[in-house]
Amino acid sequence: MKLSDEEQAMRAGQFGPLRQWAIEHQIKVGSYFGARDFVPVSQAHIMADTESLGAAGVEWLESWARLPAKDRTVRIPTITDPRGTDFNATARLKHEPWMLDLERRAIDAFRALGVLMTDTCINYQTIMAPLLGEHAAFGDTGVTIYSNSVCGARSNFEGGPSALSAGMTGRTPRYGYHLDEQRRATLEVRVSATPHGFDEWGALGGIVGRLSGDYWQVPAIVGIDRIPSSDEMKHFGAALASYGSAALFHMVGITPEAVRSQNVLPTGSDLRRYTIGASDIIDFKARYARNIEAVDIVVFSAPQLSLVEMHQVANLLDGRRATIPLLAITSPQVKPDADRMGLTARIEAAGATVLAGMCFYQSYAREMAEANGWRNLATNSAKLVNILGGYGYRPALMSMESCVDLACRGGRIAP
Amino acid sequence: MTDKIFHAASGIGRKVQAEALVSSDGFSARYDLDRIKGVFSRPDHRLAGLSYVGRVLVLDAAKGGVATAWMLYEMKARGIVPAALVLNAVNPIMVQGAALADFTMISGFDLDITEAIPSGAMVEVDPTAERPFIRIV
Repeated sequence: MKLSDEEQAMRAGQFGPLRQWAIEHQIKVGSYFGARDFVPVSQAHIMADTESLGAAGVEWLESWARLPAKDRTVRIPTITDPRGTDFNATARLKHEPWMLDLERRAIDAFRALGVLMTDTCINYQTIMAPLLGEHAAFGDTGVTIYSNSVCGARSNFEGGPSALSAGMTGRTPRYGYHLDEQRRATLEVRVSATPHGFDEWGALGGIVGRLSGDYWQVPAIVGIDRIPSSDEMKHFGAALASYGSAALFHMVGITPEAVRSQNVLPTGSDLRRYTIGASDIIDFKARYARNIEAVDIVVFSAPQLSLVEMHQVANLLDGRRATIPLLAITSPQVKPDADRMGLTARIEAAGATVLAGMCFYQSYAREMAEANGWRNLATNSAKLVNILGGYGYRPALMSMESCVDLACRGGRIAP
Repeated sequence: MTDKIFHAASGIGRKVQAEALVSSDGFSARYDLDRIKGVFSRPDHRLAGLSYVGRVLVLDAAKGGVATAWMLYEMKARGIVPAALVLNAVNPIMVQGAALADFTMISGFDLDITEAIPSGAMVEVDPTAERPFIRIV
């Protein structure tokens, strides 16, 4: 890779050992993908829940946090993805003391590095949405795909070590979705029935993700007959990234780089083409609910709920009583507004629980299942159902309305 | 035996030799593994229930989220880790994780590598070669 004078100085250790490690790490990654040079980035977002970090990862962070302040502080705004617990609800979740200890240590280390503990995966709705053409280093697949696709920003998936590196160096290797040529569509998906509800948007994302196949595929969606809401795009993108490892989609006539189809669809090429209809979405959802007669818990999470989703949950629960656990998980930025507007009180008056700053699958999901006796789970998040099978759950994908109904009739799927 | 050598587009990490565990499925440490027990745990993964510890995993494509970037390091620290990853298609997360953990990985072939390597074969993976490769030994 071609290095500037400053980058060579970082590599030589003139900016301290952490920036030296960071740029070496970035050179390894960039070289793997044939990056020519670095591109400056405006912000970084770090995924680092302690289930992923483990004790080894926390100790690694702490070793850097002991450096002098000038050598350990990030250079650009650097924020965090959800953490592994909500410290206001650890007893409810039955999180163990060792988990909380790891969380506190990781938080202390990140603070020492100058990282802002936003603890959110919806920063594009609540913190600072990136602009068209803005280069960034986002960690969390849902954040990356939304930022790339809906905002027109430019980021690869930046896992925790790489997002931290970007925070330290203020740049990232120029490969993948930082390049114009990577952003053209590689498959066209015609949708004959625009989804209704977040579960259907997520199901559509899951189907497109499976068709896409890998990180380097860029689906162009054709046929959506209205402008989706930010929350609908959020669920669609999160599922697409989860099922397909995709980091960018275009929605023709809707997303900023696909105002006209010829802007993203190569002409005269033998593009892969597919059509998805209402029956495909029904089949996708049915596959998850198969052989589940009752659920133990309902979860709204992955991504964290916006204020609008919190309002929807509150409206559905008004005057009712959830008789199995129902968790509504939002960001630390939305939670105070939900408190102030009475949404938290309305949700919790119905027996449900509002959590903030965590995400269900990033919060020791396997251990929570064992400690609480949770196995069968209903959610409206296609991303969540894709993840939780590996953690021992049997998840069902349903609409928000059906999930609330289920919670209020003791979890029985068949009335 | 040049017909048993398969060259990759890119590689990272050190040369290793171990038994191959092969599937046309994808790979994500968070989605697919019980990292405490060291087995594939996603019920619909073709390798569900099988141990990945010390094996060269030959799989199709990197899947899922960003957690693998930390998890390879954590798995390696506990010694419950594959010997290497060999993928048809990689994503940045796998490379970032391999770079942090000093973990062996190669990717990008001119054929479907999951069709070329039989499960159970002893293989050598050399990402340090001028042209990284996997070889049946």
